[in-house]
Amino acid sequence: MDGKTITLKVKRQDGPSAPPRWEEFRIPSKANMNVIGALMEVQRNPVTVDGVKTTPPVWEASCLEEVCGSCTMIINGRVRQACSALIDTLEQPIVLQPMRKFPLIRDLTVDRTRMFDALRRVRAWIHLDGTYNLGPGPRVDPETGAVAYSLSRCMTCGCCLEVCPQVTLTSSFIGAAAISQVRFFNMHPTGKMHARERLDSLMGEGGLADCGNAQNCVHACPKEIPLTESIASVGRDMTRHMLKRLLGG
Amino acid sequence: MAARPRAIVVGGGLAGLMTVIKLAEAGLSSQLFSFVPVKRSHSVCAQGGINASVNTKGEGDSPQIHFYETVKGGDFLANQPLARGMCEAAPGIVYLLDRMGVPFNRTPEGLLDFRGFGGTLYSRTAFAGATTGQQLLYALDEQVRKYEAAGLVEKFEFWEFLAAIRDEEGLCRGIVGQDLRSMAVRAFPADAVCLATGGLGMIFGKSTNSVVCTGSAASAVYQQGALFANGEFIQVHPTAIPGEDKVRLMSESARAEGGRVWVPKDGTPWYFLEEKYPKYKNLVPRDIATREIFDVCRVRKMGIDGQDMVYLDVSHIPKETLDRKLGGILEIYEKFIGDDPRKVPMRVFPGMHYSMGGLWIDYEADHHGNPVMGSPRNQHTNIPGLFAAGEAEYEYHGANRLGANSLLSCCYGGMLAGPAMAGYIKGLDRSAEALPSSVFETATRRQDAAYARIRGLRGSENPYVIHHELGKIMTENVTVVRHNDKLQGADHALQGLMERWHRIDVNDTSRWSNQAASFTRQLWNMLELARVITLGALQRDESRGAHYKPEFPDRNDAQWLKTTLATWTSDGPRFTYAPVDTSLLTPEARKY
Repeated sequence: MDGKTITLKVKRQDGPSAPPRWEEFRIPSKANMNVIGALMEVQRNPVTVDGVKTTPPVWEASCLEEVCGSCTMIINGRVRQACSALIDTLEQPIVLQPMRKFPLIRDLTVDRTRMFDALRRVRAWIHLDGTYNLGPGPRVDPETGAVAYSLSRCMTCGCCLEVCPQVTLTSSFIGAAAISQVRFFNMHPTGKMHARERLDSLMGEGGLADCGNAQNCVHACPKEIPLTESIASVGRDMTRHMLKRLLGG
Repeated sequence: MAARPRAIVVGGGLAGLMTVIKLAEAGLSSQLFSFVPVKRSHSVCAQGGINASVNTKGEGDSPQIHFYETVKGGDFLANQPLARGMCEAAPGIVYLLDRMGVPFNRTPEGLLDFRGFGGTLYSRTAFAGATTGQQLLYALDEQVRKYEAAGLVEKFEFWEFLAAIRDEEGLCRGIVGQDLRSMAVRAFPADAVCLATGGLGMIFGKSTNSVVCTGSAASAVYQQGALFANGEFIQVHPTAIPGEDKVRLMSESARAEGGRVWVPKDGTPWYFLEEKYPKYKNLVPRDIATREIFDVCRVRKMGIDGQDMVYLDVSHIPKETLDRKLGGILEIYEKFIGDDPRKVPMRVFPGMHYSMGGLWIDYEADHHGNPVMGSPRNQHTNIPGLFAAGEAEYEYHGANRLGANSLLSCCYGGMLAGPAMAGYIKGLDRSAEALPSSVFETATRRQDAAYARIRGLRGSENPYVIHHELGKIMTENVTVVRHNDKLQGADHALQGLMERWHRIDVNDTSRWSNQAASFTRQLWNMLELARVITLGALQRDESRGAHYKPEFPDRNDAQWLKTTLATWTSDGPRFTYAPVDTSLLTPEARKY
């Protein structure tokens, strides 16, 4: 397209203990291109602006439709999915860095295991008697269903953790995503039956009390999940739950 | 003490997760391997919904009608017993997913809502906005996490499947996998293995598939002797958004909710599908809609601005309805194109979407044609001990898949595969643990050597460039309209790429998280399957479902009502053909 080019500045790091370095690439611009498309161009010709041949940058990607959460990285200082970051909307050079709140693997890839561990901690599932054919599930009024759907779109991408001042490489705060899942399961007619277990899981170290109420999470969420509402709602339920326990209820 | 039986499932999409759940319910622990964290599997991309004939809208729908439409939609190439079993199980499957907490859209009464879809006139599709696959995957992921917490499932994420391990009798006794971070190659013994590794869209370069859908695992076992069936049947979805990195699906549900396809003609919209198909209108099956759009753009040159593009228009539908029922996909269009489809018509063109073909699997049906649940023959490939489920296998969709049947076939396949593996393991006279360790050591050594060879490639070719060319060859010659001379040319070009593969410069010699080496291995596997698809299409001189040859425009049941079976040889695929089980419905002309 009319000879326009794109300049990408990529933070490279060969492994967790290797020194970081910056590499710059210049590639031809194409219509509707996004950051993944630009990185793919680099793969096909991994040569820096200085003419030095290098290894193709390593990044994580899968769906490229912003529903899997894989390609989350920091683009021009903002954490987001690379697939939906359109080149035309970005200032150049486009600066790509890995997320900083998760252990680095290589280049733009990080280890987000802690997010999946958090889902296990809060028991983010419905208890079923079995996968046999036991007839329809409980009725849900359409409004509750709509709220549940908005919460269920969380793709465990890590944006909310990345922007949270309470989350660091060494802190244990569980983060907004898992807390919002507690709300999701505790509002389901069957999930409700085990609500107390989930509330208990958010007590203690790294639990809900560690939230500093900075409210960055809700602004960073690419799916516009009402995370702060979730935190407030789960917070109220926990208070009620603790009071009940104190009163022996 | 007897060794504890062990099962391995490769792939953590819907089919794999359902298999794991069924294994756990049978009391079997399993190891689950996935190239990506299972919650990021390609099932998340399914948009429109999942079919089940529950007839809650007073339309007189039934599983029998669903079965008939599935078989007719597939142009009578599907074996009928499992297709019927799937349609009969569908209501129970949707209810199960509902019980798992999937936030399906609801009616005012709080019941599950259902909408129409392609190839049917009934409201049969349950949906969660327009991100149904994501919601279903999450529900199964949560159930598997529960079993993981209970110690019944061990996950290996960011692991790549390299090969099945076969013992001296040819039985599958485990897998060799590679940790994609440490790059360590390791053997995992198992008594039964299920591949639920999804589709192969990456063979076409750009498709609606996730970039991890390379078909590499299925290709690896094909090269080890597993039969690959009906490879030539590739679904090209009529409405997708072309992009530089991929083509993005614009779900059939857009048309189910009233979306209309048109191009300008003499200054006014020409609704060509509605005109030609007054009964089904915009909801004719995908293969038909795709061919019509191709005809309008390529033959009549009437695409928008003369380009390969038609309008998909939902702008006349109330915004509230759009947001509630289609929000997820409209958001995709908005984010990736920058226009609001609530206000302006979307620009779309057909894009490679789904492989009806896949690993051949067996099944057992009783004399009424009903699947025998728990039979070790179900979902079993021709390699004893190796099973397959989901898009990785060929069973359910014949020559063309109906919309909203893929989430269903993934769930149903997993529900058959788990008990089948449990039944098979019970019948084994010795476990994998009892085999000499040399079986596993030899398999590991072979894969170690293969990996060392790839890491040592120091030629001049770039693997990503070869992949780019592969995609172009396949998309141009082996998708909607197929000509024998072009297919022949494509196969010749594929062989050229295979030669060039040996001259690759892998560009990365790192022993840590080496994506280039992994991709180079997958590229070879893609090339092997590309030949299966291309030559299978070349052989089949008829038109059926998604396979269309202008030189042979009609379906030819006398010669071609049969399943294509590809066997790997070092000289390329060898083809044989097997009869199709049409014992439940007599093939008839396919008219809409």
